[in-house]
Amino acid sequence: MSVRKRELLRLATAGSVDDGKSTLIGRLLVDTRSLLADHLEDVTRNGGGPDLAAITDGLRAEREQGITIDVAYRFFATARRSFILADTPGHERYTRNMFTGASTSDVAVVLVDARTGVVTQTRRHAQISSLLGIRHIVVCVNKMDLVDWDEARFGAVERQARELGERLEIRDLVVIPISALYGDNVATRSPAAPFYDGPSLLEYLEEVDIQAERDLERLRLPIQWVGRAHDDGARLYAGRVAAGTIRVGDPVTLLPAGAATTVSALDTLDPDAAEAVPGLSVTVQVADQLDVGRGDMLVSAHDPPPAARELDCTICWMTEEPLRPGRRYALKHTTRTVRATVQAIHERTSSETLEKELDPAALELNDIGTATLRTSSVVLAEPYARNRVMGAFILIDEHSNDTVGAGIVTRARVVHPKPEGRRDVTWHPSALDRKERWAALRQRGATVLLTGLPASGKSTIAAALERRLVDAGQSAYLLDGDNIRLGLSDDLGFSPGDRAEHIRRVGQVARLFADSGAVAVLSLISPHAADRDDMRRAHQEADLPFIEVYVDTPVQECERRDPKGLYARARAGEIKSFTGVDAPYEPPSCAEVHVRTAQTGIEEAVDEILRQLRR
Amino acid sequence: MSSPAHRVSQLRALEAEAVFVVREVVAELSRPVLLFSGGKDSIALLRVAEKAFAPLPLPFPILHVDTGHNFPEVIEFRDRRIREAGHRLIVATVQRSIDTGRVAEDRPGASRNRLQTVTLLDALEAYGFDAAFGGARRDEERARAKERVFSFRDEFGHWEPRAQRVEPWTLYNARIRRGEHIRVFPLSNWTELDVWRYIETERLELPSIYFAHPRRVIERDGILLAESDWITARDGERVEEAVVRYRTVGDLTVTGAVRSRAGDIPGVMREIAASRVSERGETRADDRVSDAAMEDRKREGYF
Repeated sequence: MSVRKRELLRLATAGSVDDGKSTLIGRLLVDTRSLLADHLEDVTRNGGGPDLAAITDGLRAEREQGITIDVAYRFFATARRSFILADTPGHERYTRNMFTGASTSDVAVVLVDARTGVVTQTRRHAQISSLLGIRHIVVCVNKMDLVDWDEARFGAVERQARELGERLEIRDLVVIPISALYGDNVATRSPAAPFYDGPSLLEYLEEVDIQAERDLERLRLPIQWVGRAHDDGARLYAGRVAAGTIRVGDPVTLLPAGAATTVSALDTLDPDAAEAVPGLSVTVQVADQLDVGRGDMLVSAHDPPPAARELDCTICWMTEEPLRPGRRYALKHTTRTVRATVQAIHERTSSETLEKELDPAALELNDIGTATLRTSSVVLAEPYARNRVMGAFILIDEHSNDTVGAGIVTRARVVHPKPEGRRDVTWHPSALDRKERWAALRQRGATVLLTGLPASGKSTIAAALERRLVDAGQSAYLLDGDNIRLGLSDDLGFSPGDRAEHIRRVGQVARLFADSGAVAVLSLISPHAADRDDMRRAHQEADLPFIEVYVDTPVQECERRDPKGLYARARAGEIKSFTGVDAPYEPPSCAEVHVRTAQTGIEEAVDEILRQLRR
Repeated sequence: MSSPAHRVSQLRALEAEAVFVVREVVAELSRPVLLFSGGKDSIALLRVAEKAFAPLPLPFPILHVDTGHNFPEVIEFRDRRIREAGHRLIVATVQRSIDTGRVAEDRPGASRNRLQTVTLLDALEAYGFDAAFGGARRDEERARAKERVFSFRDEFGHWEPRAQRVEPWTLYNARIRRGEHIRVFPLSNWTELDVWRYIETERLELPSIYFAHPRRVIERDGILLAESDWITARDGERVEEAVVRYRTVGDLTVTGAVRSRAGDIPGVMREIAASRVSERGETRADDRVSDAAMEDRKREGYF
């Protein structure tokens, strides 16, 4: 008889308080003797049995309100396995927590009340579980005691569950009649349901084989950290195997560089294991001198992941501030963090009704939707359905530092292939330093960004400012957004992603002008605070003055002026996503100059900007 | 297909995950530190950290927040263990926080568990640490069950359970502003028994108080407290010589012993498996103050 090693299984439960989820978890903990006497005592009602549901309510606010808000992790064990259970709230307002709990799970336990059958919430849970790549779903038809263990009732609910499973293409779906309150079919099989001959929930959890389905064929080892030995200078590459196996002598390819080499040393943390498999953390050395950094990846030579710049993905949005096309975020995928711009949002699934909406304007908190992202540099991503680590990413707001979204890659595309090695490029300082240049020219460079609604008067003020500066002998140049679109940005359209890129390019050109000693005057609607902040940061990093001027004209007044007739065309539906009509404008919160055009004349505004420039 | 050799045991899976977490912090943050109490969890954590960077030295120092109410065996162990491994040890003392007026003691000899929060936060600030590894586990207590692996603290060191960052997969977000820091718990998903299994598998040495030994103790509110400079028998109490071991290491004035015959690791594991009381419930008087005692201390910035 072979001795099987003790294994770990991660599962997520989903369901609302009404479904008896907390009771079920309490029951599992009690029946596996995983709940210790003092914890049990805390929740035991005077004279009665334990309040099973109260066992899992962690934080005081939750205990007071009687709801489960956050993901809580519970631990129980049998002789053969240890279980980590992610206990997630069922309400649609906490979809993001459910998503988080399911993201690390191998098995999902979905609860259904025998009296009500499959409801919207059941569908949401099953859908998220399937989306997150959980291949084993157990539907527990709970409260069977309240329907007198009626076989026909169970049969009807089971049919509903199986239909749902087929639609979501779930390969392994088990339906078990249980009573969490009394423990029937939870740890042990119950005589109450003679019509059911399958395993109890716990028996199923002990048996289901989750290690058999790992991808052992194609190596994926994202490099996490690089160390250098003090004595011989040997480079050590640390990482956690995402797919495939690795041992000494294996030929491997380093991406994105594309260099081939061989594994020359391997530490699996276990002196008895010469080979590492998915999930294990390792340290490797390779035979050749290569330049390897965090975010690079060692892969097997055949079937490598693409060096993608565009990702089709499904995103769960996790913050109040909505996700909109054109927004830019930091994207963390494996150990690599890049910037990503939202090119388009294709579809939104409402968290309440599960109805789909095409071409939505935004994804709101707890929405799940499909989108296309473009990244600032390559991402070695593969479809999530093929490998969870290789297809998962988070989005981080670079201003608040918060994790605002989680994404699942459906397709990773290589676009605009360009030679790698950009990171070897560094800024070449001119032989002439800036101070010397500016002193000789008797001027100081700066960038002035005029932002505001279309027809708010930006260009008029910009032109007047340019004239006043040049008349005074200062080199100044009006960088008009449209003029740049005729050249530098002639490959860009008007999609939100392209607009953001256009603003970035104008900002970079302005930075060079300012460095040369000129005042770059920019007239750009630039509706997103994030794009303007990026531009500001680029200047701050280069130690160049940056003056943001908010040209504040009420939208009614802009529309009345409408010199190019654009508002009229937007109102008629001829132009889509027109700022001020059907696309938002985010006013600056800390502009150096705030021009209220209703009260301030053009020359007065110019005076104020000049004052700022002289500071 | 997966052969038996390709299957990963529970302990290896937990270790690999913890090593990943430690490396992620070192890769993304600039000044981490490892909190070490000389207790079994921090001993397991230290080994995980050493393995994460072997054969290279640990790329961060060790910080011990010393309440002054110590078991001498633990301090002896701490100094020897850290010296032999060649790590850099920083000791921040609660006594100094008291002497400099940062905190006030209720009365001499009272538990300093709560006071050490200030000492810890002051030390993190003084050295500019932006990440602190701790050995806390989610199975310890109900408030811990919802804590993230990367637990974000504001500039005052406070924890706000409702404003925790979401943490899907193992894609940890380590971004912070200046002055903020992250508590990192690589052993989040371990249980008490897992820690013991790891200590056994890795053949880790523990302070001798973890094994049965004779000691003069006083039973107070159902807890066996060691007789010491700070704890002496009150009226109606008596000192007895008992054979005990400790399940946790903490401030000596509030850490209780359990009666035991277990002289080695397998013996201790057998007793724990049979025990029906959690380690905090059995041996930490400070968690008995209220139902939400741990949650309150955590919000203030406790370990």
